[in-house]
Amino acid sequence: MDRPPVIRPLAVLWKGLLLFLILNLLTAAFPLDGLGRVSLYNRVFPGRERLPFGENPAQSYNLSLFDLDAMFASHVIAGGEKPAEEYRIILIGDSSVWGTLLRPEETLAGRLNAAHLTLCGREARVYNLGYPSLSLTKDLLLLDYAMRYDPDLVLWLTTLEAFPLDVQLTAPIVAHNAPRAQALIARYRLPFDPADPALARSTFWNRTLVGQRRALADLLRLQMYGVLWAATGIDQAYPPDYPALQVDLEADLSFHGLQPPALRETDLAFEVLDAGFRAAGETPVLLVNEPMFLSRGENSDLRYNFFYPRWAYDDYRRLLGERAERSGWNYLDLWNLLPDSVHYTNSAIHLTPQAEAVLAERLVEAILQSPCP
Amino acid sequence: MTLTSILILAGLAAGLGILARGRWRLPLLLSVSALTVYALQPALPIRFLDFWLPTVTLGLVVLGWALTAPPEQRAWRANWPAAAILAGVVLLLGSSRLLGLDLPAVGRPPRPDSLLLFAAAVAGLAFFFSRSVRRSRLWLALGVIFLLTLFVFLKYPPLTAALSAWLRLWNGQSPALASALDIRWLGFSYLAFRLLHTFRDRQSGRLPPVSLAEYAVYAVFFPALTAGPIDRLERFVADLHRPRPLDSQGWLEAGKRLTLGLFKKFVLADTLALIALGPVNALQVHSPGWTWVLLYAYSLQLYFDFAGYTDMAIGLGRLMGIQLPENFNAPYLKPNLTQFWNNWHMTLTQWIRAYVFNPLTRALRASNRSIPAAIIILAGQLSTMLLIGLWHGITWNFALWGLWHALGLFVHNRWSEWTRPRLAALSGVRRRLLDLGGVVLTFHYVTLGWVWFALPDPLTSWQVFLKLMGAG
Repeated sequence: MDRPPVIRPLAVLWKGLLLFLILNLLTAAFPLDGLGRVSLYNRVFPGRERLPFGENPAQSYNLSLFDLDAMFASHVIAGGEKPAEEYRIILIGDSSVWGTLLRPEETLAGRLNAAHLTLCGREARVYNLGYPSLSLTKDLLLLDYAMRYDPDLVLWLTTLEAFPLDVQLTAPIVAHNAPRAQALIARYRLPFDPADPALARSTFWNRTLVGQRRALADLLRLQMYGVLWAATGIDQAYPPDYPALQVDLEADLSFHGLQPPALRETDLAFEVLDAGFRAAGETPVLLVNEPMFLSRGENSDLRYNFFYPRWAYDDYRRLLGERAERSGWNYLDLWNLLPDSVHYTNSAIHLTPQAEAVLAERLVEAILQSPCP
Repeated sequence: MTLTSILILAGLAAGLGILARGRWRLPLLLSVSALTVYALQPALPIRFLDFWLPTVTLGLVVLGWALTAPPEQRAWRANWPAAAILAGVVLLLGSSRLLGLDLPAVGRPPRPDSLLLFAAAVAGLAFFFSRSVRRSRLWLALGVIFLLTLFVFLKYPPLTAALSAWLRLWNGQSPALASALDIRWLGFSYLAFRLLHTFRDRQSGRLPPVSLAEYAVYAVFFPALTAGPIDRLERFVADLHRPRPLDSQGWLEAGKRLTLGLFKKFVLADTLALIALGPVNALQVHSPGWTWVLLYAYSLQLYFDFAGYTDMAIGLGRLMGIQLPENFNAPYLKPNLTQFWNNWHMTLTQWIRAYVFNPLTRALRASNRSIPAAIIILAGQLSTMLLIGLWHGITWNFALWGLWHALGLFVHNRWSEWTRPRLAALSGVRRRLLDLGGVVLTFHYVTLGWVWFALPDPLTSWQVFLKLMGAG
């Protein structure tokens, strides 16, 4: 009679460790690029109306991750081929476009979709590709990726806070997408150092399975939160109370280490803006200087709001206007469209649902004048 | 418990399994278990409470032993090492600040004189109980009442909050911030079950004589401290003295249970927890289908979480040569509710059956009045299931959950009485189909019952029931 095989625990342990080591070496040698494109969104769950972002996943059923493939795969824009009858508009911008404290239908994209525009004989569909951080390079990164979805019009909303050179590579999503950022720097000859320490370096260790454990867990969590997104339609936490925007301001004239009297063109990342227009290629881009709160409180003679001293913002508007004219950009300056605090929630650029409707109404006029491809 | 703390405990258990042999086994197991009571206690906002609660745990263990040990077991010579270890752990950790040691996993100790006073009070009471042989039954009864009262204070949120307010005042903290969550006493539920088991068995004369060391290791055995299982003293002590060898088979068994437990808890349960039904998402979900998905997730999460901890406890125990009892045996695959309860949290149901259901039904049967069998069964099931419900917390929802299962068990009991002769001849495919239908029905009955368990109040639960039925 055959005796049952003897199992030696140490041998089991060593074999297990060896397999684990081999698996780690394999993932380091052949990175799991593209894994993020495997998604349950747009298949089992509806695609998200905006890119994944969330600092409190347990309440927002959403989380921040840095895998652009996974982020876009979870978005409704990746839901399939672009329908022939669709005029596709993508919105690029910061948290004011993404819609902090707003439900998807209250965001600018939601308001524009509610307008049921018809352009060039096609029904306009607006996609919210805003992302809550202020950096033109972040916008360029997302725009560059989004071009594969064949937009007919790019609506790029921005503000001065996205322009300083020191914020370009420090936005977490840029810093954690170093190879893509470096490729953009090279392709568009951006004035940044590809070896900038802000860009996370890829090491052998962080390409292993162990090194990627956080990214893999985030991927899994993003899929799991798809259940709650589908079940509730909630994708951010809506606190019943939040700190109101700051009306009384500090008597501080500095802006990102710069001092009056004047901003120079080289202080701001206009090259990134230019790269964005080039990345869009033939697709028309409408550049919008977004509305902001204009304080009438303490020190409002020195500053417009929490973000901007008057001298810096005025110079920025002048420089942007000149650059747009020189470069032939389609540019709309809406900086003072909604000046009062009643239009804002918790920051000088976060609009209320009603203010988003006003902004959308103003933008519709400009969109309707866009050229047909 | 975090993954790190479990891995540390696994290392400790393996070390004890290898090193703690012969006459060193019991003292080492006792020392580590007593220290772990402090290490696992979560930090609390009430000053010194996260040190006092583990200390009171050890005090209750000593008093429990003094109440239950027969006179011949109380010899000082045999028990002083265990008393010295327990007192040593308390005083050593209690004086850590004075010694300049900042022990990261241990709560901030109070002044050493208050600890000395507490130790002296416990020693005095233990001495008193050991001398008061003639009144031991009275003291045991009072011990049972004391533990049940403590239980009520800890499980009834308004009383817990009141106790918290009182403790805050005592400590010079604001009572306005008092909350029932302030008093989270690690392992008290399981400790209470173990102590009550020894009290009742001592009352009925079934408790084996054990030393203080054996009793204390049984009561606070660290693998089973937080989530059970609830072992029986006589079985546990047998393994304590004749440990299962940590040979190849032992390592494999332990490793398998630990790995399985870690996978169930940290992969399956924690992932399902992201989408499990809860008080907030229950009101946000907008369709019956997704409400069912969230409820299924909760049902499975609860099972994998609890079964995972049990697997880990069994694996840790096995490393030290102790075979803790099983707590789960594929309960969701059982074809009826009675079998579900025979396979879900088995050690709790066995405990309740032994100390509540059986005595109650025996007493009802023995009463002079001729009570119908069905009524006796209903009374037994109602009382036991309500008790199990209220053990989780004295709230309407836990009571309704208990009632839900009591009625389910009663209906199943009557149904099986009626169908047994009619279905006895059934075999083959028909029998298998019937069993399959039973599994599906039982799983859904249990899962629907979790709606009471998962949510904080009957109104929310009712709204979820309506949503599940498409009427919400």
